Amino acid sequence: MRAPVETRAARSRPAPDPGRGRWPRPSLRFVAVAGVTLVVSLPFLWMVSLAFKPPEEVFAYPPELLPRNPTLENFEYVLQSTNLPTALTNSLVVSGVVSVTSIAGATLAGYAFTRLQFPGRDLLFYFLISVAMVPVVVQVIPLFLIVQNIPLAGGNDLLGQGGTGLLDTRLAIMLPHLCHPLMVFLARQYFMDMPSELAESARVDGAGEARIFFNVYLPLARPIVATIAVLAFVGAWEDFLWPLVVVSSPEVETLPLLLDRFVGSGIIQFGPLMAATFLAILPVLVFFALNQRHFMSGLTSGSVKG
Amino acid sequence: MTRQQRKRAVAALLFVAPATLYILIFFVVPVFYGLGLSFTDYNPMARGAPDFIGLQGYREVLASERFWSSIGVTLHYALGSLALAVPIALALAMLVNTQVAGITFFRSALFAPRVVALVAVSMIWLWLYSRDGFFNYLLDLVGIDAVNWLNNPDTAIWSLIVMRAWKALGQNMILFLAGLQSVPPHLYEAAKVDGAGRWQQFRHVTLPSLRPIMTYVVAVNLIYLAQSFAEVYILTDGGPLESTRVVNMLIYQEAFQYNRLGQASAMAFVLFVLIFGLAYFNIRAMTKKKDE
Repeated sequence: MRAPVETRAARSRPAPDPGRGRWPRPSLRFVAVAGVTLVVSLPFLWMVSLAFKPPEEVFAYPPELLPRNPTLENFEYVLQSTNLPTALTNSLVVSGVVSVTSIAGATLAGYAFTRLQFPGRDLLFYFLISVAMVPVVVQVIPLFLIVQNIPLAGGNDLLGQGGTGLLDTRLAIMLPHLCHPLMVFLARQYFMDMPSELAESARVDGAGEARIFFNVYLPLARPIVATIAVLAFVGAWEDFLWPLVVVSSPEVETLPLLLDRFVGSGIIQFGPLMAATFLAILPVLVFFALNQRHFMSGLTSGSVKG
Repeated sequence: MTRQQRKRAVAALLFVAPATLYILIFFVVPVFYGLGLSFTDYNPMARGAPDFIGLQGYREVLASERFWSSIGVTLHYALGSLALAVPIALALAMLVNTQVAGITFFRSALFAPRVVALVAVSMIWLWLYSRDGFFNYLLDLVGIDAVNWLNNPDTAIWSLIVMRAWKALGQNMILFLAGLQSVPPHLYEAAKVDGAGRWQQFRHVTLPSLRPIMTYVVAVNLIYLAQSFAEVYILTDGGPLESTRVVNMLIYQEAFQYNRLGQASAMAFVLFVLIFGLAYFNIRAMTKKKDE
């Protein structure tokens, strides 16, 4: 039964020609890759579509992916009549600040934890890294009380009593993100792979430790600086639980809190909601697009190499 | 220690001081503070000072049906998302492990959901799952009645799982891609010489080579998924009928809606131990297989 089938298949197959036979295969691959990417991206495409649709099209059924009469009215509405500009500013400030503090804290510490010597160095490092494993909910409750009881802030007395401390401030939103232990870990991994001869020759030339770090190693560490910047930026940008716990007024809220309020207030207006979501995503996507190589390599560096 | 070594050690301490002090104050201290709270019945709304109740809080948590049912929901949610995301992410990684035109763009586009906040993702999927949304439209095309995805106890958790798996695809794809690219090509050559077909190559070369990265992917995803909160809070608020009340949702309600901070801390520490155990046994189980 099998033999004739095989012969027929063999006969109908064109003669092997590596030059001609090769080219359709990559292009088929291309179609497959592009098709799958399109399907996976559908939720984003619907978001963009709805954001540019006038209200009557948003509620039309069946839904159509391409708006018939694209409009900016949803964007005008969320920018003029909602708290979005404030929330966007708050998110940018919070994420911007924590990127800078994370870069500073993590590169300095990560460098010293591998390239410099001091008693108890590795013990201290592993102790600090071990808390990166702790679930966020373990940290949130005590941190809430700590923030509430910071002395002399928000109407508190010297013992941290009587007021609200740092609750409902942008500083409070930043606190758990200023320099996550994971960033120190990533920086150390990176500096570990850099040659120590650079430092030795600089020391022979009489350079101090600070100069060696800032003038020799840091300029070569741009990839890890970019990785830390993106990770810290995104981490603070997407945080929801902690801001939900510490923020109570619209002046301080970040984008996730604003989006949550959009949904919480009765009938959902999907046009403005998608416009706001689009604007909330855009800065991160731009930031990611500029640093994508470093971000993706940063993710894998902890796994494949380590 | 020579004078120079001492000087260098002082410099090193100055380098690590900012990060060390920060992590001590905002990560280490809260862990011990929280541990202390978990032995009390602290409630900021109650009159009087909190009482030290020892292990009483833990006993209540371990005997609490609400707690274990939320752990069950969390496991269902985490394992469901993992079971969906891992095979698809691996397939995607094999698909994009090629050099067609624009491949960098496609990889980035597939990765993009990773950098988009869960809250934003939830907003998009809120529409996809809405009455006149995309999924009901798909059902309509094949003649099935609309489903109230997020308000039905039978479908709510799976709706969240599918969304979460979608968000997890990109990151896992990139991890698998790095794994695939580190498989030595000569292994495939040797398999081909032995007459192995595509499936056999996948089964006997690709999968075993990916075991370390698989361990990492499963552990990282589980730790992350076990702490899900934002999407549940926004899309279902733990409902309907508590079918999506994951453990972080329960702890949040306990702490910040009912003000039982002591009890909530005890729950958080039980979760901590469970997550730690899960990660530990996962890594042990998967590295053990390798040795056999």
